[in-house]
Amino acid sequence: MSVEAKVKGIVADQLEVAIDKLSAETTFEDIDADSLDVVELVMALEEEFDLEISDQEIENVNSIGDVIKYIESKV
Amino acid sequence: MDLNGKTAVVTGSSRGIGRAIALELGLNGASVMINYSSNDAAAEEVKKQIEEIGGAAVTIKADVTDYNQCESMIQNTIEHFGRIDILVNNAGITRDNLLARMKAEEWQDVIDTNLTGVYNCCRAALRPLLKQKSGGRIINIASVAGIHGNTGQANYAAAKGGVISFTRTLAKELGSRDITVNAVAPGFIETEMTETLSEEIKEQVTSRIALGRLGKPEEVASVVLFLASSADYVTGQVIAVDGNLSM
Repeated sequence: MSVEAKVKGIVADQLEVAIDKLSAETTFEDIDADSLDVVELVMALEEEFDLEISDQEIENVNSIGDVIKYIESKV
Repeated sequence: MDLNGKTAVVTGSSRGIGRAIALELGLNGASVMINYSSNDAAAEEVKKQIEEIGGAAVTIKADVTDYNQCESMIQNTIEHFGRIDILVNNAGITRDNLLARMKAEEWQDVIDTNLTGVYNCCRAALRPLLKQKSGGRIINIASVAGIHGNTGQANYAAAKGGVISFTRTLAKELGSRDITVNAVAPGFIETEMTETLSEEIKEQVTSRIALGRLGKPEEVASVVLFLASSADYVTGQVIAVDGNLSM
């Protein structure tokens, strides 16, 4: 499975949104994710991709596309 | 008050109030992780008592001042019981002294165990609690000293006051996930911690308690059970269990 598909799957699962509503342009704001949602999402990504994601690194991550780019740069 | 299928971690539960809490939760169906710092035999005894009434319990030695030990305690709980639902932060120490004579070490030891220990255990339990997506209960054992202050306990009162503010904050952060966070503030309870008080002090204290006696550990435990089982719509609160003590 591609990083993109995995990330979308995790976001859909964590935030309880339909996966076909998610694109690279979807921002966290679009799907009503609050700060704790983002923290939970980061936790799930860390587990899925076996990463440690620092607070600074997620500061500039606002959309699904940002997440995919970030993960792709790490794995 | 049925806690069947729920798992509770109770820190500092080989003796005193923690022991009564572990027994009360176990008696009401919860699987209990009995955490202790030094007394293996006492912890085993609590485990045995829970097993005798058909409950499930495991003991684990862990120092709450050490984050890594807290993390492995929580992991261990999930390995044994498959989940975690209730965290009772009870582990606490006293190093009483008037501030004029209080050593930095006496200050630090109490802050490390009574305040940082609560942070460590909550932090470690949070990931599994959030991942389970089935809510949760965090109950912090504070003290009336943390509300009113108490001569000779600047360190203890500061730590417990910190626990109260921590409780209120965490309740706000986690409310949306149906994780309730409350504090219980015991007054003078008959435990080893108060056993060392002189008769004179005990009489003095008793005269200031509306109910005219010290409390029993079980009387604190029953309030913890209430918060752990049925108090679904109570969060960010501090419940004094002190017989109405005027400080």
